[in-house]
Amino acid sequence: MTLKIFLCALFCMVFFMSYTQESSSKTAQDCEFTFRGRITDFHDSTPIIGASLYLENLNTYTISDVDGVFQFKNLCKDKYILEIKHISCETKRITINLDKDINKQIFLEHHLNELNEIIVKTTSKSEKTSIEQSIKKATIDNFSDKSLGDALKTLSGVSSLNTGNSIVKPMIHGLHSSRLLIVNNNVRMFDQEWGDEHAPNIDINSSERIDVIKGANTLKYGSDAIGGLIIIRPKKYAVIDSIFGSTITSFNSNGLGGNINSEIVKTYKSGLYSKIQANYKQFGDFSTPDYSLTNSGLKNINTSFKIGHNSYEKGFNAYYSFVSNEIAILQSSHIGNVNDLVNAINNKEPRVIEDFSYNIDFPKQSILHHLGKIEAYKRFKSLGKLSVQYDLQINRRKEFDLRRGDLKDTPVIDLRLFTNSIQTDLEIDAFDNLKINSGLLARYQQNDAVSGTGTSPLIPDFDKYDAAIYSIVNYNLNATSELSAGIRYDFSKINAKKRYNISDWEETYNYNEIFPEFETGNVDGTRISTNPKFTFHNISASLGYSTLFKNDLALLVNYGLATRVPNPSELFSDGLHHSAARIETGLLTMNKEVANKFVISLERNNDDFGFIISPYFKQIDGFIQLVPVGITTTIRGAFPVWEYNQINAQIFGVDIDLSKKITDKFDYQGSLSLLRGNNLTDDIPLIHMPSANFSNSITYRNKSLNQLSIRLKHRTVLQQNQFPNYNFYTFNAILQEDVFVDISTTPPSYSLFNLSTSAIFKAFNKGKLKLEFNIENLFNATYRENLNRLRYFADELGRNFNLKIKINY
Amino acid sequence: MKTLHSIKLIALLFISSILLSSCSDNHEDDDHDHEEELITTVTYTLSNGADIVTLKFQDLTGGSIEDATYDVSGPLTANTTYTGSIQLLNETESPAEDITEEVEEEADEHEFFYASSVAGVSITKTDMDSNGNPIGIGTALTAGNAGTGTLTIILKHEPTKPNNGSSDAAGGSTDVEVSFLIEVQ
Repeated sequence: MTLKIFLCALFCMVFFMSYTQESSSKTAQDCEFTFRGRITDFHDSTPIIGASLYLENLNTYTISDVDGVFQFKNLCKDKYILEIKHISCETKRITINLDKDINKQIFLEHHLNELNEIIVKTTSKSEKTSIEQSIKKATIDNFSDKSLGDALKTLSGVSSLNTGNSIVKPMIHGLHSSRLLIVNNNVRMFDQEWGDEHAPNIDINSSERIDVIKGANTLKYGSDAIGGLIIIRPKKYAVIDSIFGSTITSFNSNGLGGNINSEIVKTYKSGLYSKIQANYKQFGDFSTPDYSLTNSGLKNINTSFKIGHNSYEKGFNAYYSFVSNEIAILQSSHIGNVNDLVNAINNKEPRVIEDFSYNIDFPKQSILHHLGKIEAYKRFKSLGKLSVQYDLQINRRKEFDLRRGDLKDTPVIDLRLFTNSIQTDLEIDAFDNLKINSGLLARYQQNDAVSGTGTSPLIPDFDKYDAAIYSIVNYNLNATSELSAGIRYDFSKINAKKRYNISDWEETYNYNEIFPEFETGNVDGTRISTNPKFTFHNISASLGYSTLFKNDLALLVNYGLATRVPNPSELFSDGLHHSAARIETGLLTMNKEVANKFVISLERNNDDFGFIISPYFKQIDGFIQLVPVGITTTIRGAFPVWEYNQINAQIFGVDIDLSKKITDKFDYQGSLSLLRGNNLTDDIPLIHMPSANFSNSITYRNKSLNQLSIRLKHRTVLQQNQFPNYNFYTFNAILQEDVFVDISTTPPSYSLFNLSTSAIFKAFNKGKLKLEFNIENLFNATYRENLNRLRYFADELGRNFNLKIKINY
Repeated sequence: MKTLHSIKLIALLFISSILLSSCSDNHEDDDHDHEEELITTVTYTLSNGADIVTLKFQDLTGGSIEDATYDVSGPLTANTTYTGSIQLLNETESPAEDITEEVEEEADEHEFFYASSVAGVSITKTDMDSNGNPIGIGTALTAGNAGTGTLTIILKHEPTKPNNGSSDAAGGSTDVEVSFLIEVQ
C-alpha cells in the first residue's frame, strides 16, 4: 500500500518536472501572484516533507520541501483547486480564491490507520495498561443464537448467574448486576440490571468485538465497576465506496429453534456509512437428557441502525437499537411457600413435564429495550479530539406470574426505566509521551412503577440524577513501559416515592426515628407515604502500569478504587419473590460499597506459545449481599425472609489462559479459573461464588481444505465446597413436624464436551459461505449448575446438534 | 461548523428530554400500591343440620400472620358427619371480594387439601371439576372419637390433577395454608 503511494509520488514528481517547463511559457498578462504554503502534521505540527501538490485547473505539480514548504509562482487571478497527497495521509482537496499573494498553512493527517478496517494487534486494547480480554467476531458468530452471557463465559474468570438457560447474567470474578458495567456502542446500559433474573438486553449480533476489562481502566465509564467492565464495540468501516452484508442462520435440535440475522453495510469514499441489522430468534421448550423443560422457550426480535461519517478531523454517528425479548420461565419453578420448595427439591424432577411446545406461558418475562445515541467529534490541531454524546434508553420490563381470575394476563411487575445522559470526552494527544483523557457526564434517570399490576411494586417510582467528572493520564515512561492514572468524582441523587406498612416503618425497621424527614405526613389506613431522598458523593481512582520484556512477554499491574451507590432494589425491595419462594427486603440504611482491587497480569503474546496468568485480589467494604435472615409465615404459608445487608468481603483468585501450537495444523488452548470469596464479617464463604473450573480444547485447522476447522472442547466445573450454610427448618402443617430445607448444598462437579466444525466455501462471485456443525454436551451429561437459580427444579440442557450457515456478500 | 451544530443539537436534545420527562413526571400516586390478590379471610363452615361450627381465619393487613385472628366457634361432636363448605374473601376490597368464585371458575387449576392431626377425623371432597377431579370447596367431614389437634386447609394453584390426595405430592404453588386448633368431644 505505502509502496504504491510512494511510486505514485515518484511518478508525479517526474511529471511535475516536465510540466513546469511547459507552464513557464504560458506566463502572460498579470499572472504574477504567488501561492505559498506550509504543510504540517495535524497531530503535532511537524512539517510534512515530500507531499505532492497538484493544482487541478493548471495541471501543475509541486512537492513540499524539508520544512514542508511549497510554492506555485506566476499564477493568474482565479479560483484554484489544490489536491494534496502524501504517503499514509488522507488526500485533501482545498479551494483557493487567488487575488493576491497567499501564504497558507495546511494540515495533513497522518493517522489513516485508525479509520481502516485493519486493527493492529498491539493497539487493539482500550488502553495499554488495561488488563482485558476480547471476544472477536468469529466467536460472536458462534454464539449468534445464544446470549451475551454465554459468549462471555468462553473467557477465563467470567461466569454467569442463570435463571434457566435463556436468562444469562454475566459475572466477572464472582460479581454481577450493578457491579458490572456494560457499555454498548459507548452507551452505558441501564436496564434494571439490579435483579438477579434480569439479563442484559443486548443483541450480540450487532457487535463486532466484545472486550472484558478485569483491571482498573474503567473510570471513563463509571465509578462502580467493582467486578469489571464489558465493552461491546461496533465495527469501524474503511473509507471506500462499497456495499456488503452477511446473513447467519442457525438451527438447533434442542429447543427446535434458531435464529436468522442479517446485516447490510454501505460505505462511501466521503466517509459516510450506514448499517442496518436485524435478528430474529425463536426456541421452543428445551430439554435435559431425560425430560422436557416445559415452558422454557423464547422469542427475540432485535434490530439496529447506524449512520455516520468518518474522517480524521471530524465526524458523527447515530445509533439506534431495539431489543424485544419474550422469555418463558420453567413452569415448575413457580412455587408458593417453603413447603412447595421442599417438595420441588425432593422431587428430583420438575413437577410439570409436558410435550414439546413453542408456547410461552406463565411465568414469563417480556422486555423491550430502546437505545438511541448520537455522537459527534472534532479534532483540534495541537490539542486532540473532543467528542460529545447524547444517549437515551427506555426499558420496559414486564414479569408475568401464574395468577387467578381477571388478573391472569396482568404482569406482577411492570417497570419503565427511562435513562438519558450527555457526556463529553476530550482526548489530548498533542504531547509525545502523554495522553490525557478527561470528560464530563450528566445523567437523568426515571423509574416508573407502572400502575395496574394489582401488586405493590417491587421497585418504587424514583428519579435519579448523576453528574461526573474524570481525568485519565497515560504516560509513556519509555519505549516499552507505560503508566496510567485516573481519578473520577461522581455525584448521585435519588428521590423516591414509596409507601410502607406503618408497622414496618415504625417497628420493624425503626425508620420513623432514623429517617423522620422522609415522612410526607400522608397516612392511608395501615400505609404511610414516604419520600426517601439520598445524596452520594463518590471518589474513584485507578493506577496502571505496563511493561514489555523480551520474548513477547508483558507485565501489567492495575490498582483500582471503585465506589458503588446502593441500587434501588438494595434500598427499596419489599415483597414476595415467587420463583424463589422468598420475601426480599431492601433497607434504606444501605450505604455505599467501596472496593480496592489489585490485578496483575503476566502475558505472553506469541502464536507458538502464549499465556496469560492473572492473579487478583479485591477488598470490598460494605459489600451489599442478599441473604436469608429468618422466616415469615403468611396466609400462603412460611417464607424465608432474605434481607440485604452489608459486610466486608474479600475476593481473590487467579485466571490462567494458555495457547500452544502443537503442529502447524493442531492448536491447544486451555484455561483455568480459581476463585475464593470470603465474608470477613461473619467469617464464612460468600454466597453465590463461582467454583473452580477449567477447560481444554484441541483444534485442527486445514487452510488448504476450505479452511476446515475441527475443535474438541472440554470444560469441567468443580463442586463449590466453599459455600455459606443458610439451610433452615420449616414447619409442615400436614405432617405436623419440622422439615429440613436444604437451599445451600451445591450440586456435584460436572464435565462437558463440545465438538465444533466449520468450513468455508466460495459462493456467488465474491461471496463466501461458512458452514458450521456443532454438538454441545456431546455425551448428553446430566448435571446441575450451582449458579443457576432454577437448580432446585430441573437439570441443565442435554445434547444439542447445531447447524449454522453464514453467507458473506 | 458541522460539529458545532451537532453539539448544539445534542445539548438541545438533552435539555428538552429532561423538560419533557419532568413534565410528564407528575403522574399522581395512583392505586399502584395495593395488593389485589390478597386473601384475607378463610371461613370453613361445618354443619350437620342443627349444629353449625365455623373455623375463621382473618388477617386484614396481609404479610406476616402474627396479627391474624383464628376463631373457632366451638367443638365438633364425636362420631358425627358434617357438611363442609369453604369461603375465601379479600376484605381489603369494598365490598369484600369472594375469591372462592374465582377458584370455582378455574376449578381444573385448583384444589383444596384438608388434613387433621386428630385421629378419626376424615374429610372427603364432594365436588368435581370439569375433568371429574375433586376441587374441595364442598366437603364432608366425619369426626370420630374425642380428641384435640389441628385441622390444616391448603389451597394449591396448578397442582397435579388427579393426585393421590396428599398436598405435598400434588405440587403446585400454595395460595392458602392455614391451621386451626380443633376439638372433638
